[in-house]
Amino acid sequence: LLHHPTYKRKPAKKTKKAVVFFEVEILDAKTKDKLCFLDKVEPNATIGEIKSMFHKSHPQWYPARQSIRLDPKGKSLKDEDVLQHLPVGTTATFYFRDLGAQISWVTVFLTEYTGPLVIYLLFYFRVPFIYPPKYDFTTSKHWVVHLACMCHSFHYVKRLLETLFVHRFSHGTMPLRNIFKNCTYYWGFAAWMAYYINHPLYTPPIYGEQQIRIALIIFLFCQIGNFSIHIALRNLRPPGSKTRKIPYPTKNPFTWIFLLVSCPNYTYELGSWLGFTLMTQCLPVAFFTLVGFIQMTVWAKGKHRSYLKEFRDYPPLRSPILPFIL
Amino acid sequence: MNIYLIVFIYLFLNYASQNEDGSEVERTSRFSTTLPGVAHVPFLTPAVVQERRPLIVAVMSAAASGTSKAAHGDVAAKRKKGPGALATAYLVIYNVVMTAGWLVIAVGLVRAYLARGSYHGLYYSIEKPLKFFQTGAVLEILHCAVGIVPSSVVLTGFQVMSRVFLTWAVTHSVKEVQSEDSVLLFVTAWTVTEIIRYSFYTFSLLNHLPYLIKWARYTFFIVLYPMGVTGELLTIYAALPYVQKTGLYSVTLPNKYNFSFDYYTFLILIMISYIPLFPQLYFHMIRQRKKVLGHIEDYGKVE
Repeated sequence: LLHHPTYKRKPAKKTKKAVVFFEVEILDAKTKDKLCFLDKVEPNATIGEIKSMFHKSHPQWYPARQSIRLDPKGKSLKDEDVLQHLPVGTTATFYFRDLGAQISWVTVFLTEYTGPLVIYLLFYFRVPFIYPPKYDFTTSKHWVVHLACMCHSFHYVKRLLETLFVHRFSHGTMPLRNIFKNCTYYWGFAAWMAYYINHPLYTPPIYGEQQIRIALIIFLFCQIGNFSIHIALRNLRPPGSKTRKIPYPTKNPFTWIFLLVSCPNYTYELGSWLGFTLMTQCLPVAFFTLVGFIQMTVWAKGKHRSYLKEFRDYPPLRSPILPFIL
Repeated sequence: MNIYLIVFIYLFLNYASQNEDGSEVERTSRFSTTLPGVAHVPFLTPAVVQERRPLIVAVMSAAASGTSKAAHGDVAAKRKKGPGALATAYLVIYNVVMTAGWLVIAVGLVRAYLARGSYHGLYYSIEKPLKFFQTGAVLEILHCAVGIVPSSVVLTGFQVMSRVFLTWAVTHSVKEVQSEDSVLLFVTAWTVTEIIRYSFYTFSLLNHLPYLIKWARYTFFIVLYPMGVTGELLTIYAALPYVQKTGLYSVTLPNKYNFSFDYYTFLILIMISYIPLFPQLYFHMIRQRKKVLGHIEDYGKVE
């Protein structure tokens, strides 16, 4: 009878185990006011679930803008943290900080990358009110200007597609304010560069075709490289997860740079913009490259430090962004 | 298109004034009378930096705080420690020298006035010490960078460079404005401010701060700040026609770097930037004043 295919085993009587429910109180990190009291919270409840419960009593604070911590000045707890594994008694006290209005990373990325794409084209097509009226809707006589437009547009289309199909974000949201800052940066620089490259008085590179050819090769090489790294990083992480692993070189030669660098996506990005600077021989582009490089170095150093902290066996040969140098 | 340069620099410097734990910079004004380490320019609401991409802002604020977000508790702890003995000795000497320097300028102004009998053209009598000591303030950026002074490199840099800009890129460069009375206006404001400020630091370092100096530092700005700003604005305004005529510091197209810069427009934008900046800094200092002078029992205490 036991081996009969449709025989359903009656569930064995489970001994009733006493479940110790937790009580959770949430205080304001600054004023220490009691904001919320939750009783009968499951011990295996996650911070994410607690955030949802808190949201019910305070609908204006959706979970994404809640920062829950053990200590008013401490680090934010992660959504995945489980209540019973935290150093709290059966009455857990958490401190809440409002992170402000949040916006999704995807939204920010899409907005900040679409801007340069469109803006550059406005200058390329010499839309009215930018240059003297006699140049309206004319095109540049220098072929490098057309090439630069293609490269710039390709770069941002690539970024948009990567945002939609490649990247796996650790955080869902960022402060709303960032979209204004980020867009000002990207859109502003795009306009500044595009103005000069597409200007009627634009001067092509000194070393002519040779310079442009080398620049284009560097640019394309780094675009492919950057894309390869993004794919490699995506493959480290199963869909919907936030796991972190050490990235290693794959069969793709463009990823072999992982041997020497922690954040080769930034290395390749720098390379692309250096190529573009060389191609256009335009000082604003050089300036944009420099500022971007500084920012990416800061990020790379941070990421490198996190890797070192998290993984004991992190390869010692790697530098944050520039092999052996930085 | 050079407009963007100014907008970016302005935006990120304003933004970079925020530290992780909300604590702030010693100076929020060139007519600096603020309490070290307290509050900040309330331009944009401070928020926990939880994302990776604050872009242009992160550049400088990361450089300013020097580390990643782990700076939270560290910054507060560092602040309490303060500079070592050698650094304190050096800073005392530095501040004494600067106090003396600005006193020289003050005396020079008075003597020149008494000798000539008029307010005009006094700039020429103190031109050299003014340039020397105002430029010397660049060292203060270094002090912050090295950490012996607990202020933001970025904010200090901004303030010092704006003074240096006025001294060299406006007053020195455009000779025709040197005889303007507006120059005297800001030079006087700077002189009085700096004498008080540097003596304040000197006494603070020696743990012997007379209430009078503290009071002066947090009171004189009420008049000095608007006075200085007026002088600066009038001077820049006076320089405009000459800059436009001569194309000073300007670059036009075409050129092989595909770049252009119009100093005339740049100066106008600088003037415009005073509009959002001045009220913020001024009212911030008014608030600081209430906080600092409101507590008489803090007499003699140093941050």
